[in-house]
Amino acid sequence: MESVGKSFVRVDARGKVTGEAKYANDLMPKDCLQAKVVRSTIANGVVKSIDISEAEKVPGVVKIVTCFDVPDIQFPTAGHPWSVEAAHQDVPDRKLLNTRVRQWGDDIAAVVAVDNVAAERAASLIRVEYEEYDPIVTVEEALAPGATPLHPDIRKDNIFVHTSFRTSPDFDYDKAKERAIEEYGEENLIEVEGVYRTPRISHCHIEVCTSWAYVDTNGKVTVISSTQIPHITRRVIGQALGWPIGKVRVIKPYIGGGFGNKQDVLYEPLNAYLSIVCGGRPVCLELSREECISQTRTRHACKGVLRGLATKDGKLLAREGDIYTNKGAYASHGHAITGGITTNFKDIMHDEYGCRSDGYSVYTSSAVSGAMRAYGVPQAAFLADSLTDDICYAGGFDPLKFRMENCVPPGFVASNGITYYSYSLKECMKRGAEFIHWDEKRREYANQTGPIRRGVGMGIFMYKVGVYPISLETSSARMILNQDGSIQVELSATEIGQGADTVFSQMASETTGITMDKVYIISTQDTDVAPFDTGAYASRQSFVTGKAVKKCALELRARILDYASYMLNRPAEELMIWRNNICEKIHTGDPVPERPARDQAEEKPAEQNTKKLALGGSYIDNSRNDGSVGESAKYSAWLDGKVKEYDIHDLPNGEAAILRDTGVEKDIQPGEVLLSMEELAMNAFYSLDRSEHITAEVTNQCKENTFASGCCFVDIEVDMPLGKVKVNNIINVHDSGTLLNPKLAEAQVHGGMSMGIGYALTEEILYNEKGRPLNANLLDFKIPTAMDVPDYHVEFLEMDDPMGPYGNKALGEPPAIPVAPAIRNAILHATGVSMKEIPMTQQKLVAAFKEAGLI
Amino acid sequence: MFDIEHYYEAKSVEDAVRLLSEHEDAEIISGGTDVLVKLRDGKGAGGTLVSIHEIPSLHGVYVQPDGTLEIRPATCFTDLTYHPLIQKYVPYLGEAVDTVGGPQVRNQGTIGGNICNGATSADSAATMQTLNAVVVLQGVDGVRRVPVTEFYTGPGRTVRRHDEVCRAFEIHPEDYVGFTGCYMKYGKRAAMEIATLGCCVRVRLDQSLSTIEEARIGYGVAAPTPIRCPNTEAALVGKSVTDEGIYELIGTGVLDEVNPRSSWRASKEFRLQLISELAKRSLREAIRRSLNHEAPGLAAPDEERR
Repeated sequence: MESVGKSFVRVDARGKVTGEAKYANDLMPKDCLQAKVVRSTIANGVVKSIDISEAEKVPGVVKIVTCFDVPDIQFPTAGHPWSVEAAHQDVPDRKLLNTRVRQWGDDIAAVVAVDNVAAERAASLIRVEYEEYDPIVTVEEALAPGATPLHPDIRKDNIFVHTSFRTSPDFDYDKAKERAIEEYGEENLIEVEGVYRTPRISHCHIEVCTSWAYVDTNGKVTVISSTQIPHITRRVIGQALGWPIGKVRVIKPYIGGGFGNKQDVLYEPLNAYLSIVCGGRPVCLELSREECISQTRTRHACKGVLRGLATKDGKLLAREGDIYTNKGAYASHGHAITGGITTNFKDIMHDEYGCRSDGYSVYTSSAVSGAMRAYGVPQAAFLADSLTDDICYAGGFDPLKFRMENCVPPGFVASNGITYYSYSLKECMKRGAEFIHWDEKRREYANQTGPIRRGVGMGIFMYKVGVYPISLETSSARMILNQDGSIQVELSATEIGQGADTVFSQMASETTGITMDKVYIISTQDTDVAPFDTGAYASRQSFVTGKAVKKCALELRARILDYASYMLNRPAEELMIWRNNICEKIHTGDPVPERPARDQAEEKPAEQNTKKLALGGSYIDNSRNDGSVGESAKYSAWLDGKVKEYDIHDLPNGEAAILRDTGVEKDIQPGEVLLSMEELAMNAFYSLDRSEHITAEVTNQCKENTFASGCCFVDIEVDMPLGKVKVNNIINVHDSGTLLNPKLAEAQVHGGMSMGIGYALTEEILYNEKGRPLNANLLDFKIPTAMDVPDYHVEFLEMDDPMGPYGNKALGEPPAIPVAPAIRNAILHATGVSMKEIPMTQQKLVAAFKEAGLI
Repeated sequence: MFDIEHYYEAKSVEDAVRLLSEHEDAEIISGGTDVLVKLRDGKGAGGTLVSIHEIPSLHGVYVQPDGTLEIRPATCFTDLTYHPLIQKYVPYLGEAVDTVGGPQVRNQGTIGGNICNGATSADSAATMQTLNAVVVLQGVDGVRRVPVTEFYTGPGRTVRRHDEVCRAFEIHPEDYVGFTGCYMKYGKRAAMEIATLGCCVRVRLDQSLSTIEEARIGYGVAAPTPIRCPNTEAALVGKSVTDEGIYELIGTGVLDEVNPRSSWRASKEFRLQLISELAKRSLREAIRRSLNHEAPGLAAPDEERR
């Protein structure tokens, strides 16, 4: 491939390094008013009255609104595509400002002033009278008999949703256990049970949540926001204000990270409202870091009551889990993340008899839980991998061998139909184990004494790339040919630091034949102009939006070739674009073979000394004519150093039905240069005979999905008397299909590994008995610093996935998943202490080591 | 924007003292790494600040004729760490202040603020305790000298009067000559951290480097104010450096002299574990440095570099 797969420098690198790149607040006019949200000083109750008389006297105050003033409209905030089926719509459970206080710091009023000092002075003078209820910060408190229901209009108690998943409808753990006793004898079984917990954490994106809004001369409210989801924000602002969506405009400039927090509509609706009530004057609503941590969204804290059963020779028989998540005060993403935890817990391992996982999303009077990098799977991985290692520890099994024999197998098809097309999870484990010297270290660290001990541990994961068929996946793209033969690319899958602009440019270049230096991506999304996309979330953009980019590029290419055909007086079929020139098209390879018969599934050795695996070349042809997969797409697995390929039609459940038939082009190469793109473009614009402005715009609804996977291996040192864990060596190995930009991919993994280390050891939002957050600042909420993390090692097993537009799969979120369980399991290996809870803080470790008599 | 109603840039210590005496609500600001953080949190909002940051006589490290080291309070942590006099005579103090926050904070924050804000968690505090540093205060009524061991009156509180400006910290020859030391900061991460516990152990060995002649143990966060452990210090005197029993002695001895509290940041039990463990490790390192001939002699005034 010409552009895809190469490590181009980020297209936004220069602007971001020099500071020239504009973020939301850089664009604010000088006379912009500043807003401050007035927050409740109780965690649960009702606002009885608000006295703003003293506050109004503060010089510079322009407007004060309270929860008694705002429209009586409840709206949802999730950054989901809107469901046209009422039953699946996100739950509207909050107003712009609320009289019913459901968390400490809930939004009860807002002050707009000429500057933040005046706004803060006024806010401090507002007097509020409450009717106060007991705070219910934890799931246990929220589910206790007699707990106040936080949303009685929506749910009779605090259980938002309860779902139950089973590998088969009649699976029951206790019956499975009876069967196991009969089949193997009780003495030949290992059973482990435990309660495992993960914390509520903050995304800690570098740019705080901010927006500013004004009303233009035609009455349209415009919000410039640091968001991942401009088009959804536009819709939600309309819903929240009761305004036509067309009368709302959202502009998203560069943003300083989101990690899912900005996959929610946060304060944009309130910001729009404040501008409207100030006569349309520009108003900025910038949150402090403290507010970002405690008053936006968090990762769900999760409690798993788990059991697992295996035979003494290391076969996993059955598991079950009752998994409770702390949703906080409002629905945000609803049950989607809890559903993700339970599904992933069930699916990551293969249980001989089966598995049950029940999920409970529970409202509590605390910070709202929403999307955060990997959407429930970090929790699922901690639960599943902790249970797995505890089973291994109890049974004396090697955790690597146990996973090799009991993890999700090749050809896995989830109950919702998502199929794991290109499987290399076990090969990833093999690579990781080799790198960390697993066998040697397991032996070397076996019988340690003394206060400082070492251990190796591992974690694995599987991650679905997009959200289809659970939810809609749709994306649009627009390309415009310029007068010099360069192109603009416009999308609404946003650049949020992950490198989307760069890889989309590479895709456009790859498929059009126009070189990277002549591809101009429009980074800012303006919903009045930019084509629709649901935004940057899941690990979907390169997969879902990538298909739209490819489809659009194919269409643009066809139009260019059509014009070239006119200019050259030759059939378009004989022409191709190669490096900004129209060339003769030369056919090289043979036509793609017909789908082999089912019994011809072949086995071929993986190439030695290379990580890149060409999957039979022609089977996955990237020159096919739309963004979808070829008919001859294969399901494949990389096992024991060899790739096994199976015909897609061999998959169970008629999986091939979701594939669409496409014409597949033969292999081609450029011949003689006939015409430059520049000459063609100038002619197309100005020809007296045939003037044509060449553009393309497409929508692609993506009905394909697949799984990515990978693992983490760590080698750690535990200083037991001080409770300190030092990661001496760490590697993530990823099965993410073809890499679009290897350098960016590696950087993506590095960031995820840092997040994983923080999740394992230090990060957690704490509350006092009144429900007030204790550590909502970057001093006390401990994300790792550069001093706390080791050098990162990353490997990829690149295998084309037939579902990806360029053979690619998810990589944005996965790196954060397997690190915490790997560290946890390494501590178990080092010390024999099974930590049931992250973060494994120094204090918790010291207490556990004391309890175990180790110090 | 910070909510500061009045801001004065003092030209001299006398000027600062005058401004403080004229403004009852005024607070001193130098590096601003504490004051501005509190202001942002609404504490002292709308108040008056008197800056001592630009007063030339408050910067630098000097040697007095008798060998007393004089550290001026507006010297930032980075400058202290890299100051030749600090590196030669009290390197463990330079190491201690090099654990404050991150590079930006260390370029801005000052040792005067670190001591005068009265925090038990201040990274210089444990070491300054073991150095018997003397705080030189200048106020409306003139100059007075207060040993740092008598400086603190409670968490965030000191004997410094509202109109007094810290002019210097003095460290006398008997408090540094022949000593090695080690400060260990314990935090939840390796940087950008306020100490969960800070421990400084210093020793002076006999000429043959076999016996402890003097030991000093200072802590931050082991009590509401920075403290010393005089009984354990005394118990170590005369002990052989090759006697492994000294580590048990210090590890258990200090537990009777500390008074840590439980907070959501760390439990009392956990802090006690750290108090004991860090004392052992700091003592071991301090002795290692003495055995490595790192103990300094007497400083001379002509050694001043700046």
